[in-house]
Amino acid sequence: MSLLLAIVIIGVLASCFGALIGFASVKFKVEGDPLAEQIDALLPQTQCGQCGYPGCKPYADAVANGEAINKCAPGGDDTIKKIADLMGVEAQALDESHQTDNTPKVAFIIEEDCIGCTKCIQACPVDAIIGTTKQMHTIISDECTGCDLCVAPCPVDCIIMMPIAKNTRNWQWDLNSIPVEQIS
Amino acid sequence: MESVIERIEQGKFWKFHGGIHPPQQKFLSTDKPIRQLPLPELLRIPVQQHIGEPGDILVTVGDKVLKGQALTVANHPMVVPVHAPTSGTITAIEASVIAHPSGLSELCIFLKPDGEEKWRDREICPDYQQLSKNDLIDKIAQAGISGMGGAGFPSHIKLNTAAQINYLIINAAECEPYITADDLLIREQCAAILDGIKILDNILAPAFILIGIEENKPEAIQALKNATKTIDKIKVCVLPVIYPTGGEKQLIQVLTGKEVPSGTLPSALGIVMHNIGTCFAIADAVINDIPLIKRVVTVTGKSVAKPQNVWALIGTPVEFLLQQCGCQQGNKKHIIMGGPMMGFSLPSFTVPVVKTTNCILAPDEAEIPDNDQEVECIRCGQCADVCPSQLLPQELQWSAKAHDHQALNDLNLFDCIECGACAYVCPSHIPLVHYYRVAKAEIRQQTLLDIKAEKAKQRFEARKIRLEREKLAREEKHRKAAEARKARMNSGTAEANNEKSAVAAALARVKAKKAQEKDTNNDVTASDTSVGSPQEIEKTDKKSQVAAAIARAKAKKLAAQTAPNTESNKSTQSSNVIAEAVNNADNSSKAAEGEITDSTSVINTNVIKDIEKPSELSKKDKIAVAIAKAKAKKRATEAKPLKNEPPEDLLSEKPSNDEPDSQIVTNSTNKTEQQVKEQALSPDDIKKAKIAAAIAKAKAKKRQTTESIINNEIPDDNEQRNESAEKEIQTATQGESLDKNARIAAAVAKAKAKKQQESKN
Repeated sequence: MSLLLAIVIIGVLASCFGALIGFASVKFKVEGDPLAEQIDALLPQTQCGQCGYPGCKPYADAVANGEAINKCAPGGDDTIKKIADLMGVEAQALDESHQTDNTPKVAFIIEEDCIGCTKCIQACPVDAIIGTTKQMHTIISDECTGCDLCVAPCPVDCIIMMPIAKNTRNWQWDLNSIPVEQIS
Repeated sequence: MESVIERIEQGKFWKFHGGIHPPQQKFLSTDKPIRQLPLPELLRIPVQQHIGEPGDILVTVGDKVLKGQALTVANHPMVVPVHAPTSGTITAIEASVIAHPSGLSELCIFLKPDGEEKWRDREICPDYQQLSKNDLIDKIAQAGISGMGGAGFPSHIKLNTAAQINYLIINAAECEPYITADDLLIREQCAAILDGIKILDNILAPAFILIGIEENKPEAIQALKNATKTIDKIKVCVLPVIYPTGGEKQLIQVLTGKEVPSGTLPSALGIVMHNIGTCFAIADAVINDIPLIKRVVTVTGKSVAKPQNVWALIGTPVEFLLQQCGCQQGNKKHIIMGGPMMGFSLPSFTVPVVKTTNCILAPDEAEIPDNDQEVECIRCGQCADVCPSQLLPQELQWSAKAHDHQALNDLNLFDCIECGACAYVCPSHIPLVHYYRVAKAEIRQQTLLDIKAEKAKQRFEARKIRLEREKLAREEKHRKAAEARKARMNSGTAEANNEKSAVAAALARVKAKKAQEKDTNNDVTASDTSVGSPQEIEKTDKKSQVAAAIARAKAKKLAAQTAPNTESNKSTQSSNVIAEAVNNADNSSKAAEGEITDSTSVINTNVIKDIEKPSELSKKDKIAVAIAKAKAKKRATEAKPLKNEPPEDLLSEKPSNDEPDSQIVTNSTNKTEQQVKEQALSPDDIKKAKIAAAIAKAKAKKRQTTESIINNEIPDDNEQRNESAEKEIQTATQGESLDKNARIAAAVAKAKAKKQQESKN
């Protein structure tokens, strides 16, 4: 008798909790992949496509599904380290095939050479180029992510990538250049 | 509030955490009055000398300006204008090294004084009490006044607060060693300072005005006490000497016992603080209409023979001040702007004095020894004991070295006022403040990057949505157009029927073409043997007809162009040639109907004859001929792979393999170009010729690729042609006076070549 009672009680409890879990999985379902979102937040959002994916979000999705974490050239080692921390995996060196010079740059159009073909405008992933057919184009340098994608399509090679100039606003203190002052 | 005032009246004050007692060294410069200096030879006025944005420049190089004339104008609330410190000429507006520890250059206005000191028109305001609050704030903003204590925050922003102000605190603590600028200013200009304080009182209407001053300035304290004797509202608070009493948050805590919470402004507690130097500048600006063009600077240190306070015009080079005060050349190795605790070493001695420069310190070796070697932290905890912001300097230092931004934020790095007390007491000589500065700059930079990344992400997403929307719109448009067409066709009118039959015919044609292409593709591998299969003949026939039609049209056009402006023999001759070319084209099409070999040979021989003959042809005609020739060659190459019989023998007297033929093609195009170049006489012609050449080149290339698709057996040949095509492009682009059209043509040709290479690969 007591055996039966135990089975019944455990059975009822199991079905109750099962129903509860079932309800929760429907009610509190998470849309999208939260891990991909978190990875996306760590990526530099240059949308350069150097990783082989058409933008940072697709690469984040791929990393969440097991793609190598060391393909983001603009992010460099810092980004790899952050992703490694997030995913709980070992940080790796930047993939050699993606190794590039990642000093921050912005595109610049040599305006007298521009023929107004709009090819760069179509290539820009963040709409940072202004211009229209047969009119000179120019770059909104504040919006440019320095992704390089506009350089290749230009038929007259009038787009160059320029490193961002140092000024007092983005200057980083360099300890070696500052003498230490101590008064006696 | 009452208890605060009671305590102050009893001479009791609160204490802030920590603090140090460095040697004051103020005696060096306290015993001499503020000295007026002669005009320097050149003033460099940085456009931005405050926290915020630079203004728009009003002057141009060569302008004569009067003393006090505005050089920049505010276009934004956070802009503080700068003014001409004396009359003279603007000699340059360019980047120059400014007073910043980085030694970077920023935009400066160079003013060469003329020595006349001629003022602009000024309006003396006899009674500022009649002015409204907004007028007063506006006057202060126009006079270019920013905080003169060190940070350089725009004063009008601080004054334009909506909060109810309980205490206006005037900061005269001047706690940093060596500096005596405020001390001397109070002694000499007490009345003006009092006017400034009254103006601030008018604007802010505080309950009490507290003047915080350290007890090491007895003469200044006496002067202030005398001046404010009759005013109940103003309390002169004599404070014990502890560095850094003059810090904003520290002074507030000492005077009122309130701590300003992290991340909030003092105005949230009903407190506003101004430097005493700012009060003087405000009085000058409101009453005398004198903008901020000069300030008191303490030039001191043991390397200076005559340490003294001076009135320095904004923009005066530091070098000039040191010379005037007798600093020996040899000791200039280490000059500090600001005090020894919070100042920075100057990168260059041409750096100008700005609105926040209160001290130029030229110490000798004994005062500030060269770098002591930094050694490991011994965890003594002295830095935490002296930190006025109650931070944990040693932990901050570890996190800063590890670049752990999260930990730095958790340790409240941004509450650090960089007073240098921790570095001063550190027995391991760790330059703690410098580590914090580096870390702060890194975090700020990272924040900027994060903001930029977020913006880029949004723009990327927005673009994706836009492209998607446009695609849908296009599809919708096409669908609607198709529906409309269908409806029209099914309406049953005669027109609709015509259209229907036309569409049906077109569809049939397309089908037939497709079938043909399939056949030819199948035949290509076997084309060596299957010489005259009916489909092939039909196809080439069609192509030659089209080419002939184009050639005819072009020739006609040219004839039409040449006809109106010539009646001479030349023109008739040339038109004869053109006619001949047209005939050739016709012939070729006719011949093609029968026998392909004939057509190509006829075309080639005829054209070559034509080309060699006319030395007296006009330019345009020559170009036309060249184009026709190029086309003929193309036809020849196009016909040949299909039919590998030796018609080329007729034309080139060479064995029938592919390479020599391709050379002929390239030769011909080269020749075309040569011809074109030889004719380069007037710019108009150059332009037209170049465009024509580019078009010819592009077409030749197109031919090559179609050919290579049809006949995959000759890769070497193709490469060679591409090379030569590239060479042509290079020569074309290297042309001396390429105008835009030519460049466009070249670009088009290049783009096509690129595309073809890609499709080939």
